[in-house]
Amino acid sequence: MAEQQTPYAIECRELTKTFGSVVANDRVNLSVRRGEILALLGENGSGKTTLMNMLSGIYHPDSGEILVDGRPAVISSPIDAMGLGIGMIHQHFKLVEVFSAMDNIVLGTPERLLPPKQLREKILSICGSFGLEIEPEKPVCEMSVSEKQTVEIIKVLYRGAQILILDEPTAVLTPQETDRLFAILRRMKEQGCAVIIITHKLNEVLSISDRVTILRKGRSIDTVMTAQTSQKALTELMVGRPVVLEIGRPEPEHPNTILKVVDLTVKKPDGSIALNDISFQIRTGEILGVAGVAGSGQKELCETIAGLTLPDKGAILYHKENLVGKSPAEIIRLGVSMSFVPEDRLGMGLVASMGMVDNMLLKSYRAGGGPFVDRRPAKELAEALVEKLSIVTPGVETPVRLLSGGNVQKVLLGREIESEPNLLITAYPVRGLDINSSYTIYDLLNEQKKKGVAVMFIGEDLDVLLELSDRILVLCHGQITGVADARSVTKEQLGLMMTGEFAGKEGEAS
Amino acid sequence: MLLKFLVAAIAVGTPLLFGTVGEILNERVGHLNLGVEGMMAIGACAGFMAGYLTDSFAAALIAAFLAGMLAALIYAVLTVTFLANQNVTGLALTIFGEGLSNFIGVLMISRSETKTLKLPETITAHMRSVSIPGLSDLPAAGELFFSYNLFVYLGIVIALAAGYYLHRTKTGLNVRAVGENPAAADAAGINVTRTKYVNILLGGGICGIGGAYCSMIINSGVWISDSVGGLGWIAVALVIFAGWKPGAAIAGSFLFGGLRVLKYYVPKGVIEIPIAFYDMLPFLITALVLVLGSMKKSRGAQIPASLGLNYFREER
Repeated sequence: MAEQQTPYAIECRELTKTFGSVVANDRVNLSVRRGEILALLGENGSGKTTLMNMLSGIYHPDSGEILVDGRPAVISSPIDAMGLGIGMIHQHFKLVEVFSAMDNIVLGTPERLLPPKQLREKILSICGSFGLEIEPEKPVCEMSVSEKQTVEIIKVLYRGAQILILDEPTAVLTPQETDRLFAILRRMKEQGCAVIIITHKLNEVLSISDRVTILRKGRSIDTVMTAQTSQKALTELMVGRPVVLEIGRPEPEHPNTILKVVDLTVKKPDGSIALNDISFQIRTGEILGVAGVAGSGQKELCETIAGLTLPDKGAILYHKENLVGKSPAEIIRLGVSMSFVPEDRLGMGLVASMGMVDNMLLKSYRAGGGPFVDRRPAKELAEALVEKLSIVTPGVETPVRLLSGGNVQKVLLGREIESEPNLLITAYPVRGLDINSSYTIYDLLNEQKKKGVAVMFIGEDLDVLLELSDRILVLCHGQITGVADARSVTKEQLGLMMTGEFAGKEGEAS
Repeated sequence: MLLKFLVAAIAVGTPLLFGTVGEILNERVGHLNLGVEGMMAIGACAGFMAGYLTDSFAAALIAAFLAGMLAALIYAVLTVTFLANQNVTGLALTIFGEGLSNFIGVLMISRSETKTLKLPETITAHMRSVSIPGLSDLPAAGELFFSYNLFVYLGIVIALAAGYYLHRTKTGLNVRAVGENPAAADAAGINVTRTKYVNILLGGGICGIGGAYCSMIINSGVWISDSVGGLGWIAVALVIFAGWKPGAAIAGSFLFGGLRVLKYYVPKGVIEIPIAFYDMLPFLITALVLVLGSMKKSRGAQIPASLGLNYFREER
């Protein structure tokens, strides 16, 4: 085939990178051609991001070589990567929040600054050729997640990137936004770009990529043609053994209303309305899913129930007792537990520089009498969690920021569950997690449900919400646009509710 | 009386202007440099001694600038390259700078025949107000705008130039990006380390000139110890007052200059407040500025987002 004759756009040969004693990449091989989309698949901590960071010049490989268009290349900084036409769209956007889209796009480019009008035209013409939409003068801090991602994409295209690397680009997008992104990627492919996309949503891998390279524990296990594989085969390659891809949904037993939110209105610090007059209830032994585009009021809802934010109006009745005005400590003592996984994973709940034991102590130190802290129970608990949730860590005293994202989340959720709550609020517990860890967490939640705990599950993946929850509450701009029975509602209906276009209240009227 | 007060305020506020603009350049690349006082002290000493030994005003100015840069280099190497804690490093630099400056001063005095150090007339001549034919003779306006020494004009030019540099040039865009989000700047291909070094050193040099003003002009050409006398600390607070904008630093510096000379211009017999109160006033206002400055944070007072945080590319 003629295609075989042309050299690969990028080829990695035996790349190795270690961090201290941790081998993040072990003799990894990978290649991608122009006009091809390669998916890079792997569990958390399998070294996907490390590998891509080596291609974009953030990390320097310990050994191995990188070939660009068939020629060996040394990429020792992002400037080198750019010079070779490699552009990376990071999972955590690398944008200056207070700058406009335009300033972010031209930032650091070597040539002279164009007059704003010409610059604007140049940016819009790039947008036009790939079907991207953007307002060049809008400050990044006022943008939605998907707009920020668009800025990142234009940024690398503006620099003339021919090889694009996207690190989990769909993790923060709605289904509709994902479709739009994929359309853009397909256009890039048609125009001869090489695209590497990191994801662990298998349906996305199958729909967008031409080939899939699978990483496991820092090694490249296999590369397969997408057309000749299936979700099941990919999962087995990724995990290394057969996995059952099913989320159980036990029937709730003796549901009783445990938490009743009445006419709750919450304002953000800047005075805008975060939650607008919402009412709903949670029952014991059920999982209430909460769906909505990021920033629709999920965070404020969690914080208000946990006692971190005072509402402007309304009541939160927990067993007929109003939680409004109680301190977080009092609310925890009543058996309400929250695990919130923010976008950066470490922002709430865990102290990044402390080890697992100290993080356990944060919740339990009050139990001991006297001025001294008894570390033994916390240490035992930490060790038990490592065992039970198969947390990968060098030791229970290792600072949690050194653990990979999935393991950090297991530590957080594990600690919350161990406090034996009656009401467990969990936000984005599987954010950025691979399949295997995600299913461990779904199982944990179902286990709680069977014990009669009321679970509020704030999620982003609609497929999961539909499979796991009993009822799904949809938030849109701080309002409840629907409470649906998860057994009968469709994904499309939820998508419409998320944008506020479909008001289908089912099952429960206010 | 009011005219004289304003003129004095501007003259006394000028060293603050240098310190503030220098510190703004530091903070704009994300480095909170608490060594302003030290950098100014070193600049004060180097400027004075160079003038004393060479009889050249230009040499004094250049020496002050270079010495300020050298002092800033210590800070930059420690915090940018070795990722040392910025606060501790800055405090250490202040203590070191003051000590070194006083030490050299005492050493020079002990070696001089008169046991005092006084700048020669060839230099002090440069420090008198510059007379601009036609303009300086204008009534009122001539005195208010055209009656100062070279430093005052130099300070205003540097502040305006720094403002233009930060907000109107491409390099300035890169500089601000480094202070806001060094990881983003790095990914965009900006050399973060170089940007930090250049601006910290430039800022240090400007602080050094401010120090030279203190040692050469405030005491009319006679060396005394601790001539900077806490101005560096006020400059650190003025950065917040000015909202990290060099242009606003001009107004802020002259306002604080006014506070420092207020005691000489309060009408006698009207309000009887002990002189010590006026000596304390600038520092009291500084504390107030810091409190108020931190309160308006929510309105996005343009504080560089990664101020005080060192950047290490391979951090996980």
